[in-house]
Amino acid sequence: MNLVLRLAWRNLWRQPRRTWLTTGAMVFSNVLLIFMISLQFGMYRLMIDNSLQAFTGHMQVQAPGYIDDQKIRQTVPNVRQLAAALRQELGSETIAARASTFVLASSEERTYGIAVYGIEPQFEPQVSSIPGLITAGRFLDADDAAEIVIGSVLARNLRVSVGDELTLLGSGKDGSFAAAVVTVAGIFESGVPDIDRSVAELPLGLFQDVFYMEGSGHQVVVNAPRLSEADTLQSEVEALLPPGQDLVVQDWDALQPGLKQAIQADMSSAFFMYGILVILVAFSVLNTQLMSVLERTREFGIVMALGLTPGRLGRLVLLETAMMGLMGVALGALLGGALTWWLGVHGFSYPGMEEMATKFNLPARMYPRVTLTSLLAGPAVVMLFSLLAALYPALRLHRLHPVEAMRAA
Amino acid sequence: MTAVRCVDLCKTYRQGDQDIKALDHLSLEIGEGGFVCLSSPSGGGKTTLLNAIGGLDKPDQGEVYIAGQRIDNLSKGELAELRLRRIGFVFQAYNLIPVLTARENVEFVMQVQGVPAADRGRKALDILAEVGLEGLEDRRPAEMSGGQQQRVAVARAIVSRPALVLADEPTANLDSKTSDGLMELFTELNEHHGTTFVIASHDQRVMGYAKRIVRMLDGRIVDDIQQDAA
Repeated sequence: MNLVLRLAWRNLWRQPRRTWLTTGAMVFSNVLLIFMISLQFGMYRLMIDNSLQAFTGHMQVQAPGYIDDQKIRQTVPNVRQLAAALRQELGSETIAARASTFVLASSEERTYGIAVYGIEPQFEPQVSSIPGLITAGRFLDADDAAEIVIGSVLARNLRVSVGDELTLLGSGKDGSFAAAVVTVAGIFESGVPDIDRSVAELPLGLFQDVFYMEGSGHQVVVNAPRLSEADTLQSEVEALLPPGQDLVVQDWDALQPGLKQAIQADMSSAFFMYGILVILVAFSVLNTQLMSVLERTREFGIVMALGLTPGRLGRLVLLETAMMGLMGVALGALLGGALTWWLGVHGFSYPGMEEMATKFNLPARMYPRVTLTSLLAGPAVVMLFSLLAALYPALRLHRLHPVEAMRAA
Repeated sequence: MTAVRCVDLCKTYRQGDQDIKALDHLSLEIGEGGFVCLSSPSGGGKTTLLNAIGGLDKPDQGEVYIAGQRIDNLSKGELAELRLRRIGFVFQAYNLIPVLTARENVEFVMQVQGVPAADRGRKALDILAEVGLEGLEDRRPAEMSGGQQQRVAVARAIVSRPALVLADEPTANLDSKTSDGLMELFTELNEHHGTTFVIASHDQRVMGYAKRIVRMLDGRIVDDIQQDAA
């Protein structure tokens, strides 16, 4: 081993207890950061996947402006054919056409304003989890049957159950009055209160007849195999849109801005806490290295008298800190990685989690996900701030005068 | 050729309300291969002079030349380089790096000097053998006697064969036998390698080995005696 490395290493162990305490603080913070970041990123991915898979999809083909002003006239022409063409061109089944509008839904006793979607019964299960969340009755199966599936909260509010009839009143695409009587075929429970309270689904064929859509719809929903592939898929979908038709592809971020805002808000508060943790560790390193430098004032004076520059000595102090930091990273990554991996396999829960799980359509147990980023990002920041903290004692050596330093006790 | 030349050096320290003149218009010239003992009672200015010659402390006034090069106006970095390459230091308290072995202490300075790794190891072993520490190379300072530690310090100071060695009270912590051994080593290096020695000491034994004794009092030279080595 290089002599300077050997010197730095041995210097660390002049005060083993102090070195272990500081390294321990690094290890603890690294374990915590690895676990928390893995948990957070795992949870965000789950939140995004679950929310998007529930209904929105990773992206949607729409008429421009529809996202901001969802008028029934802002249509995608020949929506069913467009969805079929995209399925064929992309070789994917996770693409389905939809139409939607707002109606008054009336049971014998009550009336509520709801969003009603026309969906393709054959393809909807590939882009939405709602068909799999039917708790009573069944999902839609015929494209033109006068049937509807509704959310559990809406069913409770309207006081209807499977087999009951609902009357839908709204406006057609041409502005004319539109009405239909449909039978409740099924009731779903997505776990997302907004969806369960105000969403209903009809067969797309029926929707187009009732609302005079003339073959048009409002969305082609596209799901990517994984969230990470959504950007690439979006480019492909954009390239396949029929020329001459004014259509846009909206990504999940635009479709569900609330989701991203929730994630960003959570990230901000979490990273604020991580910042405090890292600063505490940095102060611990600063204290250790400052003590270490002060204790060695006389020794530094001697080696300066022998011809070493303060710069070289400063680098020695930084090298000692880097070695301590590397120990913290190695042990922290090992312990943090192992703990997080184990929890990732077995999962865990904590009090109060059910509320958040319901809100974001998450499972009742959490499964943190160890990635290279979650394993190394936190420890790298701890390492960086430790080195920054050691800069002060290292730079302080420039003020040292050999003669005065050698007189130090 | 002159190894050391000091011209009209002045240095004043403030101690409480008093100004202490550590160097008072002092001029001194030491030729190459000189073996000089600076002698004075405590506070006489010998360590201050030694520090000024070694570029460890700057005089308030006057000029210092090492091998013809003026050094009192050099920057901190240039002085460090000068000490690293051309001056060897031996201190009263040995001042070895406690976590390094004898061999590593000697190698450390060579590494800073940029001596290749292969040469460093060989040179360190040779010099330690030369100062009589064969077999003790892998001991740390705490595992050696005072005399052995001082020999390591000497080995560290002379391993790169500097033209000038400055020693500040090198025998102050040594018994008489070890002191004699150290001074004989200095004498041998002076005679065989032509190394110039400037030793600050009030030890009569050290003075006995010196070729020249410069007596100082209150920062001034009061006596300058050439003598035959013992």
